[in-house]
Amino acid sequence: MKRHLISAADLSRDDALLILDTAEELGRIADRPIKKLPTLRGRTVVNLFFEDSTRTRISFEAAAKRLSADVINFSAKGSSVAKGESLKDTALTLEAMGADAVVIRHGASGAAHRLAGWVRGSVVNAGDGTHEHPTQALLDAVTIRRRLRGPGQDGRGLDGVRVTIVGDVLHSRVARSNVLLLSTLGAQVTLAAPPTLLPLAVGSWPCSVSYDLDSELPKSDVVMMLRVQRERMNDSYFPSVREYSRRYGLDATRMALLPEHAIVMHPGPMNRGVEIAADVADSPRSTIVEQVANGVTVRMAVLYLLLGGAELPGVSQ
Amino acid sequence: MCAAPNPVARLGLAVLDAEEIRRALTRIAHEILERTHGGDEAVLLGIPTRGVPLARRLAARIGEFERLDVPCGSLDVTLHRDDLRLRPARALGRTELPVGGVDGKTVVLVDDVLYSGRTVRAALDALTDLGRPRTVQLAVLVDRGHRELPIRADYVGKNLPTSQRETVRVLLAEVDDTDAVVIGPARDAKNDATGGASASGGQA
Repeated sequence: MKRHLISAADLSRDDALLILDTAEELGRIADRPIKKLPTLRGRTVVNLFFEDSTRTRISFEAAAKRLSADVINFSAKGSSVAKGESLKDTALTLEAMGADAVVIRHGASGAAHRLAGWVRGSVVNAGDGTHEHPTQALLDAVTIRRRLRGPGQDGRGLDGVRVTIVGDVLHSRVARSNVLLLSTLGAQVTLAAPPTLLPLAVGSWPCSVSYDLDSELPKSDVVMMLRVQRERMNDSYFPSVREYSRRYGLDATRMALLPEHAIVMHPGPMNRGVEIAADVADSPRSTIVEQVANGVTVRMAVLYLLLGGAELPGVSQ
Repeated sequence: MCAAPNPVARLGLAVLDAEEIRRALTRIAHEILERTHGGDEAVLLGIPTRGVPLARRLAARIGEFERLDVPCGSLDVTLHRDDLRLRPARALGRTELPVGGVDGKTVVLVDDVLYSGRTVRAALDALTDLGRPRTVQLAVLVDRGHRELPIRADYVGKNLPTSQRETVRVLLAEVDDTDAVVIGPARDAKNDATGGASASGGQA
C-alpha cells in the first residue's frame, strides 16, 4: 500500500484485494455487541469537507471511531475557509494540530493530490471534483463480490463479472474510480450513457462504451446507476429530465431485462423517479443499503491499512 | 540428514517431529480434561495462524477420549496488538466464535509458540470484547521463555530454552504440509525490521 489513497489507479490488484479482504473481516465485527477496536487509539483523523456530504462524512467518522481514532470534523461552511483561507493554509493548520490522516472532499479535481504534498499524514480522497472517489469504488467492489460470489471469497477478484455503469459519467467521480478499480480486479466494465454525458477521454479508459442501455442489460451481472448531478449541470446535456429517465432510467420493465442473478447498485443519494424508479430502488435486487453498511467497513480497512502499521521507510521526510 | 533437500532441515534444527507433536497434544488434551473437570464448559480458541489447527486437533483428541464435542473457534488478535506500529499494517486473521459464545465458559486459548507474551495479552483484550468467560487458560505447543509480561501457560507441549537471537518455527500439516518444530539461526536485523512474511511462521 502507498501512504495515501488518492486514486483507484494507485491500487495494484494485490492492494485492492488486501483492502477487500480486510473489510470482510472487519464486517464480521459489525455484528458483535462491542464494535469498537483499540487499533488506532491516540491517532487523529481529520474529516476535511469542502463540499456538502452526509453519508461519506458520517461513514468515515463512524469508521475512524470504531477503530478508536480521534475524529475532527471540518466543514467549509462557517469556517475559516468561508473567510477566504486557502487550501494550503488550511492544510498547514491541520498539520500543526498533528493530524495523522486527512480525509478530504473538495470541489476541485486534484485537491487531494495537492494536499498530499503539503501534509505529513496520510491523505484519503473522499471525492475531488469530477475526478475520483476511490473508497466508493472499493465499497462497490466488496458489495459486488459478496452478492454475486457469496462469502469466503478472500483473495479472489471479480474476474469475468460484467458491470454496466449507467448515466452521468462525465460528472461522476464514482464512475471513474469504479472503472479503474473494477477493471484492476478483472471485471468487464461497460459505460452506458448519452454521448453528451461521456468524457472526451473515455476512449483511453479500460472499458467499453454504449449509447443503448436496453441492449446492455441482458449481458450485465451488475448495473450501477449514477446520480444525475443537477448541481453540476451548467449546460443542457439532455433535452429534459423526463426524456433522460425514459432512455436511461431504470424502471421495473428495464429491470426485467436483467439476468436472474443480476444486482442493481446506486452510490446515493438517489433521485427517485429520475435515474432509478422507486420500486427498483426498494426491490430485493437493489444493494443500496448494503453499500452504505459496506462503506463503513471499507473505510475502516483503508484507515487501518494506512495508519495501523509502521510508517513505511523512506516516504516520510 | 537425508540426501534429498529437506524443507525442515533447511530452516534449522528440528527439535520436535510429527510423532512428538502428536504425543504432546495428546497429553495436553488429557490435562485439559483433568483441569476442566471433564471439559463440559470448555471452549477452545486458536490464535491464527497456527493456533487454529492446534485447537482443532486438541478438540478432536478430546472428542476421541471422552466422546465429547468441545466447541472450537478462532480468535484473531491483530487489531489488539501493541506492536502494530513496529511493522507495516498486516492482513487480518479470522475470528470465529463457536455457537454458544464464551460467556460463563472456560476458554482455553491455544497458540503455537509462547515468547514475549504480547500475543496472549492482546488475546485477553480481544476476548474481553467478545464476552465474559468464567476462566481463561492458555495452551501452547512450545514455551521458549523470554517473557516480557507477567503471563504463563497452563498447558505446555515442550519447554524450549532458547536464545533471543534464535527463531522458533512451528510447522503444521494443515498450513505447512508437514509437522515439526524447528530452531533456526538468528534472523538478520534487516529482515527483522521489515518484519516480513518469514516472521509469520510461528513467531509468538
